[in-house]
Amino acid sequence: MTDLSPLDAAGVESAVESALAAFAAATTLDELKDARLAHTGDKAALTLANRGIKDLAPADKAAAGKAMGAARGRIGAALEARTAELEAERDARVLVEEAVDVTLPVSRQAPGARHPLETMQERMCDVFVGMGWEVAEGPEMEAEWFNFDALNFDPDHPAREMQDTFFIDPPSSGLLMRTHTSPVQVRAALERREALENEGRGIYVVCPGKTFRTDELDATHTPVFHQIEGLAIDKGLTMAHLKGTLDHFAKAMFGPEAVTRLRPSFFPFTEPSAEMDLRCFVCGGEDAACRTCRGTGWIEWGGCGMTHPNVLVAAGIDPTRYTAFAFGMGIERTLMFRHGVTDMRDMVEGDVRFSQQFGMEI
Amino acid sequence: MPKIPLSWLAESVDLVPGSSPEDVAAALARVGLEEEGLYGPPVKGPLVVGRVLSLVKEAQSNGKTINYCRVDVGEFNDPAGPDGLVRGHKPDHQETFPPSRGIVCGAHNFVEGDYVVVVLPGAELPGPFPISGRKTYGHWSDGMICSARELGLGEDHTGIIVLTEMGFAAADLSPGQDAIALLGLDESTIEINVTPDRGYSFAIRGVAREYAHATGQTFRDPAAIDVSGAPGAGFGVEIEDQAPVRGTVGCDRFVARIVRGFDPTAASPAWMKARLEAAGMRSISLAVDVTNYVMLELGQPLHAYDLARVSEPIVVRRARPAESIVTLDDVTRVLHGEDLVIADSQGGRGERAIGIAGVMGGALTEVSDATTEVLLEGAHFDPISIARTARRHRLGSEASRRFERAVDTSLPPVAVERAARLLVEHGGGVIEDVYTDVNNVAAIEPIEMDVDFPARIVGVPYTAEQVIDALEQVGCEVERDGEVLVVTRPTWRADLVAPINLVEEVARLQGLEALPSVLPVAPPGRGYTHSQIARKSVARSLAEAGLTQVLTYPFISEARLDEVLLPAYDQRRDVIRLANPLSAEQPLLRTALLQTLVDAVRVNLGRGAQDVAVYETGRAYLGRLVGAVPATYSGGSITPDDVEALNKAIPGQVRRVAGIMTGNRVAAGWNGHATAWDWTDALAMVERVERACGVVLEVSPDAGERFSTSPFHPGRVAIYRLEGQIVGGAGELHPKVCENLGLPARTVAFELLLDPMIAVSEGVLVTASPVSQQVLAKEDFAFVVDAAVPAGALVEAVLAAGEGVVEDARVFDVYSGPQVGEGKKSLAINVRMRAFDHTLTAEEVLEVRRAIIAAAGEKCGAVLR
Repeated sequence: MTDLSPLDAAGVESAVESALAAFAAATTLDELKDARLAHTGDKAALTLANRGIKDLAPADKAAAGKAMGAARGRIGAALEARTAELEAERDARVLVEEAVDVTLPVSRQAPGARHPLETMQERMCDVFVGMGWEVAEGPEMEAEWFNFDALNFDPDHPAREMQDTFFIDPPSSGLLMRTHTSPVQVRAALERREALENEGRGIYVVCPGKTFRTDELDATHTPVFHQIEGLAIDKGLTMAHLKGTLDHFAKAMFGPEAVTRLRPSFFPFTEPSAEMDLRCFVCGGEDAACRTCRGTGWIEWGGCGMTHPNVLVAAGIDPTRYTAFAFGMGIERTLMFRHGVTDMRDMVEGDVRFSQQFGMEI
Repeated sequence: MPKIPLSWLAESVDLVPGSSPEDVAAALARVGLEEEGLYGPPVKGPLVVGRVLSLVKEAQSNGKTINYCRVDVGEFNDPAGPDGLVRGHKPDHQETFPPSRGIVCGAHNFVEGDYVVVVLPGAELPGPFPISGRKTYGHWSDGMICSARELGLGEDHTGIIVLTEMGFAAADLSPGQDAIALLGLDESTIEINVTPDRGYSFAIRGVAREYAHATGQTFRDPAAIDVSGAPGAGFGVEIEDQAPVRGTVGCDRFVARIVRGFDPTAASPAWMKARLEAAGMRSISLAVDVTNYVMLELGQPLHAYDLARVSEPIVVRRARPAESIVTLDDVTRVLHGEDLVIADSQGGRGERAIGIAGVMGGALTEVSDATTEVLLEGAHFDPISIARTARRHRLGSEASRRFERAVDTSLPPVAVERAARLLVEHGGGVIEDVYTDVNNVAAIEPIEMDVDFPARIVGVPYTAEQVIDALEQVGCEVERDGEVLVVTRPTWRADLVAPINLVEEVARLQGLEALPSVLPVAPPGRGYTHSQIARKSVARSLAEAGLTQVLTYPFISEARLDEVLLPAYDQRRDVIRLANPLSAEQPLLRTALLQTLVDAVRVNLGRGAQDVAVYETGRAYLGRLVGAVPATYSGGSITPDDVEALNKAIPGQVRRVAGIMTGNRVAAGWNGHATAWDWTDALAMVERVERACGVVLEVSPDAGERFSTSPFHPGRVAIYRLEGQIVGGAGELHPKVCENLGLPARTVAFELLLDPMIAVSEGVLVTASPVSQQVLAKEDFAFVVDAAVPAGALVEAVLAAGEGVVEDARVFDVYSGPQVGEGKKSLAINVRMRAFDHTLTAEEVLEVRRAIIAAAGEKCGAVLR
């Protein structure tokens, strides 16, 4: 091989072209490295030519240096560009090669879940807390006075017989498992009556919780169940306010179209008393074969009424100055028709598959 | 609850034209009588009149004799051949008959030519009992000739119905005629729920009145009949209540009236039987049927005595000690001193009990098929006395159900008159002119009510006219005195005692549909309480850790306490018992959640699950009853002292949380091996609960004097204390507990008392420490200590020695083996140190290190390895 003269413009150009061609031809970073060493290494023609500048006549040195500098600059730029290209290609290839199967099951720890009766109570309470009401609670094993006497149950009322109520042994203990959450209404009123009288602060509470009756477990009965009750005591409350509250609650639970209806009924602790029905939120009363409302267009949801004056008196509140309303519904029943649960036993047997369907909220 | 045949209802109020039974039910619901059931006609046809053409008696090998009958059923006869005859179904098919059907019948009380009732294939009798043709005794029997009982028309099944014997004229009967309408079996019936305040609706009369309220139709009072004759010296009756219940005399009215010359063989008319049946009662005899019929119609229970067997005078009194009576149902009942009885004077005045007043009559004086003189009783009894007696003897009767809801005090003479007339109409005889009417009914106190009171309570601006109109419709007499109404309730509305009761009448008669919907504005609330927030946080935290919330019943057996190995001294033996458990096997209330949560685990295991992790939040009940709680107060407000006394008497029922885990926490998979739930997970769950409650508990392996390590493995349990009081435990369940309860070995669990844990953080505000931005220094230590030294004690010593500088000290390895010697263990601890204001120098770090080593040695006997 003849040494390339730094003054051989055509030769230099040819050497540059050949280097650029070699870089372009390199398909991997390793090949590019080989091409770089071949064309810019110590033994490369251009390297040698560059080294030969010092041996040129002084008059030629400047021109030669300039020509060689340009040549090296072009090669360097080309090398850098090709390196960037190949590195990008390699990086892209690695990302592809590292791809995983994201459809594989990843979590090996089974998720937990809340019980829907609990989350249902919380959701219901949220509706009322959002309106400024408070959530009141009381004991499940309760004094007969709170469960019955304070609620205007006559001492001879049939509910006081052992057919319906779990009494604590001995019966003379005066204790029972509460048959409804209504005793909490009385407790809540007792606790808040001073603020009612002294500050004019109306009493607005909901009372959720567990209740007990001596029903054998079957598809629609359970001896341990849950209720939520509401109680409002204030000046000037009427049955229209009760209706307004129930309508709001129904909409919050069943959507903006929800409508309620009241039918006259009887409870010892309210007068006037009513049963509360919900317009069927599934069929809207349009489907005679609807499974949710059995074609009646209405779903029985709970009982309600204006709190009986005797109940207010029992809690030390003057019924001539204040009026009150109350309502209550079963959480199990609400869960059944809101979520299509057909068998009460699923709720109480403790099979985790039931709770799992509902996850963390309802 | 009462069943109302619609044709009967229609006698007292015109039904809205074109109303279906559903429409009638809906109208009644609007005024508060809820539907409990709708029943169509009890018999589905074809049920027709048949005329017996021939009757061949055939003796059978089983000793019975059957009749092969050919019965003319008009258009339902077998198709005739060209000869105008029909063929039988005998094997040769050659025998011919005049147009008819072949029916096999086992009864023998009829002859050729009789008109009978035939049910044909395709029909359905009450039962339900579908009818089809079938081969029997060598014949094809193409239907059935019916007895009264088969049609639900009474108890008589000794023979089939012969229509002419039932009072029908042969001239009015023709073969093939529809017998459903003929016998009154085309009735639709509505069963309604009568709430305790509306006893008067336990009768056609009351329901008709309510239907009129609901629809505006005109009510015709079936009790508006003239009572014949005059009260006076009839059959002697005396009321002597020596022990009124709650101060009320047990009987305040007693009407007795005699019907003489009655035909004891007279039968009840078919329509009456059909109506009794439709209303849910059975036909017995004319005298009994009539009293029941009038009761169903008017609501007044009546009793018919065989006059010949009753000795004058009747005395109404309380039962005597050890007195007993045989009631109509032939049961001997030992009476209680509070039971009100009807006694007659056989063996001395008022000596013999002949009925339990208002509940059930006695067998000795009941009417029989030989009774020609009937004594009718129509009385009014105290609802509470009757209710107590009915419950005491578990003897709810049609009479007691009505009396305990209060019966109209004006009814006795009217109902007796109505019954007497029916008896005479269908059984002959004469009503005696003079009758007994002992009437001590108290005058009705009027109620005063502001005319705008209903509007103030209901929120509908009723006019005075609307209020008065509604009250008059329900039967009240209303006088207006300015803005005050003076209201006298009708005799049938004993429930109307206060103005608020009148408000309810106005509201329901004017219609609850009229209610506007007004959302009341509550004062600004305080949101959820600390406890409510913390409990939700606990529940959510455990669910997020992979546990599933379940709910279990709090009822346990005696054996369960032993199964979980509770020693006698453990306070969880202070168990509370139910007086009337659902199951005699589970009479106790749980004293810890784990006692019942294990059942949920077993349910899941039993259904094929292997990995189960569940938790429950709820209460257990324990403590010793402190004595009798004042059971009742005589109305009025409760005093704060009384509230305190009541609350003190209620045993503890602290809110708790418990969890049980068994099987794998992490399942085996393509990306790793399985990890089983173990004791550390149980303790980790407790840490989650602590965090959710904002509290740190003291951990130790030691149970106290009133608390054992049960149900846990004594060597693998953490007992938690808060301010010195035990609040729970966590760890592995005792191997014996697992064995007793059928749980897999090494099942782990925890249980904590939530209320005290949450109470501690109530109102406690976190005071924030500034966050140091200096460089962290890490130092590792390997200490050798006696195997018995708890790691927690060593960590505590380390933290104390480096106070102010040590941020955290964490055991990251535990080793025991030959290298550390018998009875020793090595604990490797990583300590993180940082000063707030400067980077620690090497000298400072070394100084802390020395202090830690010294303290560990001093407090725990630790030697640096």
